[in-house]
Amino acid sequence: MSLNKLSLQDLSKPALLLTAFALTGTSLLAGIHALTAPRITANEHLALLQQINTLVAPERYDNDPIADSVSLPAAALGSSQPVVVYRARKQQQPVAALFITTAPNGYSGDIRMVVGVNADQTLAGVRILAHKETPGLGDKIEAERGSWIFSFTHKSLTSPSEEKWAVKKDGGEFDQFTGATITPRAVVGAVKRVLQWQQQHANRLYEMPAQETR
Amino acid sequence: MSSNYRAMLTDGLWNNNPGLVQLLGLCPMMAVTTNVMNGLGLGLATLLSLTITNLIIALSRDFIREEIRIPVFVLIIASTVTAIQLLIQAYFHELYLVLGIFIPLIVTNCIVIGRAEAFASKNPPQYAWFDGLMMGTGFMLVLMTLGGIRELLAKGTLFADAHLMFGESARGLTISFGSDYQGLLLAALPPGAFIGLGFLVAGKNYIDQKRAERNTARLQSAKLSEST
Repeated sequence: MSLNKLSLQDLSKPALLLTAFALTGTSLLAGIHALTAPRITANEHLALLQQINTLVAPERYDNDPIADSVSLPAAALGSSQPVVVYRARKQQQPVAALFITTAPNGYSGDIRMVVGVNADQTLAGVRILAHKETPGLGDKIEAERGSWIFSFTHKSLTSPSEEKWAVKKDGGEFDQFTGATITPRAVVGAVKRVLQWQQQHANRLYEMPAQETR
Repeated sequence: MSSNYRAMLTDGLWNNNPGLVQLLGLCPMMAVTTNVMNGLGLGLATLLSLTITNLIIALSRDFIREEIRIPVFVLIIASTVTAIQLLIQAYFHELYLVLGIFIPLIVTNCIVIGRAEAFASKNPPQYAWFDGLMMGTGFMLVLMTLGGIRELLAKGTLFADAHLMFGESARGLTISFGSDYQGLLLAALPPGAFIGLGFLVAGKNYIDQKRAERNTARLQSAKLSEST
């Protein structure tokens, strides 16, 4: 069929059909999204709470840390994204703060982690939330794939001393992995920055008004 | 009727295997086959998507006009994969935490649109879904084999992280071959995936060649016995 013989009808039919498919697909997805969105949010909330509970035992606090959260500017903690902090309290007294921080200097980009700091400035623990490090090498930072991440628990800026907050290769205290130094270096650095920020601001963190962070 | 299904089965699993013969879906294959469980995860997610999209496309093949079929396939595939992702995220959140990263990768998988174009758009639904199932299974088996080879060479284990998919009771599934194994780093990195896949393809071709030789030998001996 030559071009000048194409009638408007020949052109409009496929266009209409394509529009119909696009509309069906979009409305189907919109429907499924509306149906599942509350459940997904609830699931994520629950998963986050479980993550918090692995660092701060549920009997140690009586508030809802997810509702009691603040957002800090990324630059203050050397993070590549704004840092959300969930605060756990018992009878209004500060118990621990959980920083969701992002180390920008992993081997393959961002490493998102949660750093739990008790009110007495010791670490409640560190867990990795998301990363793109090399499988089999850098991924030993995950709690499921190695015990390295547990070495942070109970540490603080005084134990070990501040200059020892580095991997062994840089003269510090923390192990690196065979074939992977950059990944643990990035994690140690991010945890150290959280502790330094917390030391500078002490318990003022717990006086900031809660914000909508989600 | 049943011979059709049998042909689809051998096509998907061996003769026209998406991973070993069509060499489709290399992008997700290279990315995730660092161990058996990842292979199983992506394999299952692909299998589900492929079966459903093949069925939908075969059902609507009478409405889809030739000149707009590709955008329509893309629409159907993208909508289905996103719908599956949302549903898994809502109703099987534990599974989503394991499979979640793999699901968007399916959209980049040429097998899905490849089967839509080559099979589902030309065949009735009762064949199309079965073709999707068999192609998906064939792809999954290749992913698991390649994942197994790479895991064994890189870490000296098999079925590591089974508990992420099947729960704590599956921790015992993991087989470890010597804890002092240093590991072959190459196998864990993308080049290892290409080399491993190369050996798998070569192995399949070798088996096919041996089979063909045996068949011709049998035919020849049959002819010989006829002529004497």
